[in-house]
Order: sequence, then C-alpha cells, then structure tokens
Amino acid sequence: MLTLRGISKTFNPGTVNEKKALDHVSLELEDGDFATIVGSNGAGKSTLFNAITGAFYVDEGRIVLAGEDITFRREHSRSKVIGHLFQDPLKGSAPHMTIEENMALAYLRASTPPHAYFSRISGREKQMFREQLAQLDMGLEDRMKQPVGLLSGGQRQALTLLMATVVTPKLLLLDEHTAALDPATAEKVLALTRRIVAERRITCLMVTHNMHQALELGNRTLMMDGGRIVLDIRGSERDHMTVDGLLDEFRKQAGRQLDVDRILLS
Amino acid sequence: MGSLFTLSIVQSALELGCIYSLVALALFLSFSILNIADLSTDGCFTLGCSVGAVVTIAGHPFLAFPAAMAAGICSGFVTAFLQTRMGVPSILAGIIVNTGLYTVNIAVMDFSSNVNLFGCDTLFSLAKDVSDAVWYADWHKIIIVAALVIIIGVILSWFLNTRLGLSIRATGDNEYMVRASSINPVVTITVGLCVANSLTALSGAVLAQYQKSCDINLGTGMVTIALASLIIGETIIGRGGMFKKVIGVILGSCLYRFIVAVALRLSVPAECLKLVSALIVAFAIAFPYLKGKASFYRLRRLPAPADGEDGDGEC
Repeated sequence: MLTLRGISKTFNPGTVNEKKALDHVSLELEDGDFATIVGSNGAGKSTLFNAITGAFYVDEGRIVLAGEDITFRREHSRSKVIGHLFQDPLKGSAPHMTIEENMALAYLRASTPPHAYFSRISGREKQMFREQLAQLDMGLEDRMKQPVGLLSGGQRQALTLLMATVVTPKLLLLDEHTAALDPATAEKVLALTRRIVAERRITCLMVTHNMHQALELGNRTLMMDGGRIVLDIRGSERDHMTVDGLLDEFRKQAGRQLDVDRILLS
Repeated sequence: MGSLFTLSIVQSALELGCIYSLVALALFLSFSILNIADLSTDGCFTLGCSVGAVVTIAGHPFLAFPAAMAAGICSGFVTAFLQTRMGVPSILAGIIVNTGLYTVNIAVMDFSSNVNLFGCDTLFSLAKDVSDAVWYADWHKIIIVAALVIIIGVILSWFLNTRLGLSIRATGDNEYMVRASSINPVVTITVGLCVANSLTALSGAVLAQYQKSCDINLGTGMVTIALASLIIGETIIGRGGMFKKVIGVILGSCLYRFIVAVALRLSVPAECLKLVSALIVAFAIAFPYLKGKASFYRLRRLPAPADGEDGDGEC
C-alpha cells in the first residue's frame, strides 16, 4: 500500500543547525498493515509523517501510495486519501464551527468538484453523520449544532478520528493521538481506533511512546533512531517480543543506550 | 433630547449605515472568518467608487455595480496572490496593494483627484422617478440600499454554508485541520479575499451614486470604520449562525452611523470624526478585556473569608 524508497530530509542544510531528520528511510507497508512506531524524541517519527503527508518535500527518494507516486503531490491533494491525527486534540477540528459542519468538511473528500462547491449539506448526509457520531457512544449525535470548541479533548479527538475515517483513507497516520488524553479517555479512543481500523482494513502507522501498546496493537512494530528505521519486527518474532526485549533489541541495533527517560515503561 | 434625532438624521444614518455595511461584511469575511487583516480595504473602496463613478458618467448606472465588483475582485486577487504565491505576509500584502491602488484610482478618474456625477442618471435618480408619492421621495434611497444589503446578506450567509464557504471558514479557524484535510488554502484564501473585496468595491460604487461624487481620499480610514461596525455588530449579536452574524454586522454598521450622527449633533466638528471613529474602535475592541479586568478587581476587593469571624466557621 505504502512504499518509501530511500527518502531523506535535511533541515537547515549548510548551517550550524543542520539536522538530518530522515536518513534514507525505506519501508514497505502491505495492504491492511497496522504498524506501530517507537523511538526517542527527535528520532524522526513526526518528520516521517510530515514527509508522507506532504508538509514538505523530501530531498531524495520516492513515496508511492497505492501504486501512485506521490513524492511531489501537494499536501491538500494527498490529504484526500491520507488521514492524519495529531497529539494535540485541538489541531484536528475547527472550534468555531459546529460538529455537523466539521463532519461535512471531512466528507468533502468524497465529493467531486466543481459542481459540489456550491452545494450545501444534504439531509441524507446529516443522517449519515448522525449515525457515525452515534457509534462514538459519546452523545455527540445530539449536539450536532454545537460548536466543536465546547467539546472536551477526548471528545474532540474521537471526532477527529471519525472525521479522518468518514471517507475510508488509504493510509491513516496516528501521531501519539492518545498521549494528551486522560487514561480512561485514551483507552476509549484507542478502542475506537482499533475497531475502525479493523472494520475497514485501513493501512495504518501509529507513533506511540508506550512500549506495551507498541507490541500489542497492530501487526508490526518499527523502531526509529537518528532518522533511520533500526528495527522492523512482525509475525512470531513480534509475538515473542517483550518490552525488555524491545529495549535490548534497540541497544543492539542502534549501538547506544535508548533515551529511557523519555519512554514510558508502563 | 428629542431633538437629537430628527427624521432626516435617522434617514441618512440608515442610508449610510446600509451602504457602509457592505464594507463591514467584507471585513467580516476577511477579518473575522479568514483571520486576515486586509489593509487594502481603503484603496479598494476608492477603487469601487471611482470605477462606479466613471461607468455611471459614461451612461451605464446599472453596469457601474458589476464593473466596480469586478475591479474589487481583481484587487482582492492581487492581495491574495501576493500572500499565497509570493510569500508576502498578509498585512504587508494589503499595504502594498493599497499603495498601488492610489495610482490606479487616480488613473481611473483620468488623473484628477475627484469627479462628480451631477446630471448623470444614477440608480437613485432613476428609482425616484418610479412614483410621485410624497413618502416615496423621502424613503426611496433607504428602500434601495436596504434591499441591496439584504440581498447581499442573504447571498453571503447562503454562500458561507456551502461546501466552499465551509472550507473558507475552516481555513481561518484551524490552520492545522485545513492542512490535514483536503482543503487547498490557496484556493480558499483567494476566493475569500476576492468576494470580500468585491463587496468593498460595490459599497464604494453605491456611495459614488448616492453622494454623486468620488474623491481620491474617500476611502481613508475605511478599515477602521468597518471594523468599528463589525465589532459593534458582533457585540450586540453574540453567538449564532451565519445569517444571524450577517444581520449583526449590518445592524452594527447602522448603529455606528447613529453614533456618528449623535456626535455631529452634539456639535463635534466634522474634521474630528476620524478621531471619534478611532476612539469608538479602540473602546469596542478593549471593552471585553476591560470587562474581564473589572470583574477581577471586584473579586479581589471582596473581603477574604476570615477564620471564625463571620460565616459558618466550619473549623
């Protein structure tokens, strides 16, 4: 589904602040793969996501999504088929617009311009949004006319997840999307993520700092360090992996002590 | 105080309020919704005024409005182009276009600093001939401008609820969300500024026919006046749907004109009006902040619940 062929990105090249954020990263995600990514801060996880979504263009290498080379496609055009959730729940929805309007914006991906530009939200779409919101089990379906700014962080993140998947994306990028939520809400959003991804067989990449989550969720675990993928395990190798094993593996691969402080060993 | 408002003062406040409310609606779109301070508004207003005046003098009183709007769209497009394609910061883009428009406006008026429309057919003179009724002679201007503003208001609030309108609103509301969804901010900013500037220019063209003249300095301070109207409108309406907000902006513009009328009536010299507008804007923007401050001071001044003195004394 997603193929990265040796992508590299250097920020501030030729200055004292030069930083090689991605160093010839190659990755092949199968259709329906759900891979978790761990790594210390500055390892390149978010940069990798931003390279895939097109927040910047990579210096070298190719990005191929569903057989189509998107290396030089613009950000908004890629977002038609890529869902992206941030750690900050406030980044995913427009606070002064209603829940319904936010859903309609997300559903724009399904419409084909130009005739759709001047159409309004139809009754059938409203009904569909309502049913989708009811699945969240948060009572949001009865608050569709309320501005999103009134929702709690957990509700907003759940809504963002729904918005990212209302039109099934080819790729879903989750950048620590439960890290800013309280444990109970995080659990709920995670369960929701698991269900939606499984039901629609969405190919998914998820950054986490929780080692348990990294091994338990999905079918593949990647570890990044210094802008490279240093570990890629799946199948029985992954089934037998423990949190300690993961840390040992990291030391072996990267050849240095993992910045343990920054990783939650829950 | 009964003499504070004579009928003619009320009438002219309503007329001007409706005409200038189009600029307030333009700023509602660019400033409130797109979150862009479009400082080309002054020049764009004069552009609409001069284009409208010149086309009216040429004998096309109706064509004057679409012509002025087209000119406004061009001006908005240049402002948007500078900030979306050339990397010019939005405030600078507005200032640059505003400066350039001065020359354009002078050129439109054939390099004179003012033109007058006396003896030309205008929308108002043509409408006046429709009926001989006495009341109609007094009220026809208000009827025309109010009808125009209501039509524009309905179209604008309809537009802001279409998919394109929703995208424009999201662009100003959450930059991150727009980047993660399929909205192209270059398109939404461009469309938004073109629509906003077309309304500004339309307002200028209506004013040109209303006062039968156009002057190169007409637009000076227009941003401040429109902002005052916008903020008054938002304060009196508060939360609500797009239609309610649009109505609020129109009401705010009329209310602003009443305030100016009262100031004039209290023999504030006309030369001081710009200062009065500036004070109104400064006060209107500062008001919510001052209200918060005041409640903080009230809270602080409350006597601290002293132990054992009065109250329930739970411990």
